[in-house]
Amino acid sequence: MKSKIALAFQNCKKEKRPALITYTVAGDNTKNNSLKILNEISKHADILELGFPHNTPIADGGQIQGSSHRALKNGIKLKDVFQIVKKFKKNNPDKPIILMGYFNLIYQKGENNFLKSCKLSGVDGLIIVDLPYPENKNFAKKCKKKSISFIQLLSPTTSRERMKKIVNDSHDMIYYISMLSTTGGRLKVSPKKILQNYNTIKRINPKKNLVIGFGITEKTISSLKSANGLVVGSMLCKIITKSLKMRQNPVTKLAKVVYNLRNKIL
Amino acid sequence: MKLKIRKNLALIDQHDKNFMYGGKFGGNFIPETLKKPIDDLTKLFAKLRKDKKFLKERDHYFKTYVGAPTPFIKLDNLTDHLGGAQIYAKVVSEANGGAHKIYNATVHCLIAKKAGKRFIVGDTGAGYAGKMLSMAAKKFGLKCKIFMGAKDIKRQRPNVEAIKKNGAEIVPVTTGSQTLVDAVSECMRYWVSNCDTTHMCVGSTVGPNIFIKICAWSTAQISRELIKQINDEFGKIPSKLKLINCVGGGSSAAGFWNEFMNTDAEFIGVEAGGPKNSKLHAAPLTNGSKIGILHGAAQYVIQDKEGQIGSTESISAGLDYPGISPLHCFLKDAKRARYTSANDEEALSAYKLVSGLENISPSLEPSHAFAEAIKLAPKLDSSEVIIVNSCGDSIKDKDIIKQKLGSYKR
Repeated sequence: MKSKIALAFQNCKKEKRPALITYTVAGDNTKNNSLKILNEISKHADILELGFPHNTPIADGGQIQGSSHRALKNGIKLKDVFQIVKKFKKNNPDKPIILMGYFNLIYQKGENNFLKSCKLSGVDGLIIVDLPYPENKNFAKKCKKKSISFIQLLSPTTSRERMKKIVNDSHDMIYYISMLSTTGGRLKVSPKKILQNYNTIKRINPKKNLVIGFGITEKTISSLKSANGLVVGSMLCKIITKSLKMRQNPVTKLAKVVYNLRNKIL
Repeated sequence: MKLKIRKNLALIDQHDKNFMYGGKFGGNFIPETLKKPIDDLTKLFAKLRKDKKFLKERDHYFKTYVGAPTPFIKLDNLTDHLGGAQIYAKVVSEANGGAHKIYNATVHCLIAKKAGKRFIVGDTGAGYAGKMLSMAAKKFGLKCKIFMGAKDIKRQRPNVEAIKKNGAEIVPVTTGSQTLVDAVSECMRYWVSNCDTTHMCVGSTVGPNIFIKICAWSTAQISRELIKQINDEFGKIPSKLKLINCVGGGSSAAGFWNEFMNTDAEFIGVEAGGPKNSKLHAAPLTNGSKIGILHGAAQYVIQDKEGQIGSTESISAGLDYPGISPLHCFLKDAKRARYTSANDEEALSAYKLVSGLENISPSLEPSHAFAEAIKLAPKLDSSEVIIVNSCGDSIKDKDIIKQKLGSYKR
């Protein structure tokens, strides 16, 4: 049986457009709001990434750090993150949801316990920022056994040889980091160059779903629409920060922005 | 289970193929982007440490630039005052710049040159790692950026001024607790974005494995000198010898103990216990913190149940860190070293006693080690020898000392 992530890509291919993948942080700015945000943006996004916040991130830029900080200040715990996923899935059982975060939280909960909670709440995939290949092999295997996709990352520094191995061992989706940057950096590489690298990876195995993330905003998204999927994260976190500052409702604001993003890649 | 230290293998090389010490400490928990730069650096360092020309170069700069060997002296007045074990100090603070951080900084600059990098970045807590990196960068013609917590910038002013004078840029870190832990995170984040042009120097024996290795390999100079100096003083290594060192990240202790690994010398590491009446501290080993992942490595780390890194507090910025080198976690579980803590007040009064009686002026970091020596010495026989690594100079702490003790004299 095909996974929900694989089905989402299949649908997008039929519609001849990339999958729109959003990233927001669980508990930003409140538990309730982050659930409402998922409910709203899922109308326009194909796959939802949900960050479980860590207070010592080594690869996040200012925007996501800000969102994580807000969420942690509100006392968000892993059990709340799973609760949010569970509630979301109740109304949107077919919309794939991917948890993203740092390994220490999984390490403390225990890998098996963590995966059990993922399964019970309906998580479809995992991105673990600081668990690279091949150190992630064992954990990725455990995920596969539970039919959870472990999403491997590739970056501009990944060697050709390494890419082949990673692509070979990957599950339903691979994430290409567009440039040398933390999340939310300004796109400092031309879209042409990014797509060149993207195509190099695609040629290793054209069947794998490859998405591009980092530096993608309303301005840059359309130039990369030939990819299988595009991830927008920091820009969304920034909108939440902004709307809170201006005392606007982050939920409606975000829904509108994601709607616009979707229109730019049709 | 007691971990085993293998004989005839350097401490830094006691890891498995996943770079884990004792199967559970260290490793490389890093973003994909850093895999290649860390891999390249690992290969380059493996080559350089076997390269006779490079070793000669290192020794040359250690001698002419760092100032090797640093003095080894007996603290006669302190010994008499306490009436027990013979107390000595390895006065590493006499090294160029005033602390052991110069060894790691010099080696990193030499490596950066070999790697063809023109930029170098580093983190700092007490400011010594930053000061030394900026000094060495200037000497070797590298452009330098130092990441430092905003709280530390305020409390370690003299080192901040030194960094600026050396022409380096200080980047104040205003996230989180605004101390060392955040400076290291921010520095790593910067490196993720700039690893193609920039070399990173982690200021202690923490972080991804290669940084632990380079740092401990550099500070090992301390014990290479000391073992000679001990033989000159005693004719042999005394049978009852205690080597006491403060531990924050653990770089000076790793270097102070390295050459004594296969001797009977006892290793005592002293963590920062924080203020007497506070629940907060920076002593994960003493207080039984659980293993977690911080800055790319598994280690005992102060954290909550969920795995969020915990707050710390210490009068000493250099020890004010929630984690501890995987090397020390390994030494603890192998029962090769034992770890304890001294609180802020004990460190301050140790500073006062030592600087009052002797012609040395240890910073608040080694004052933690002296506090333990002061506790132990009176209980021991005069045939026993205690050596304290006085690894930093107090000048950087003059504001804090003035505020706490009323005056600061040199």
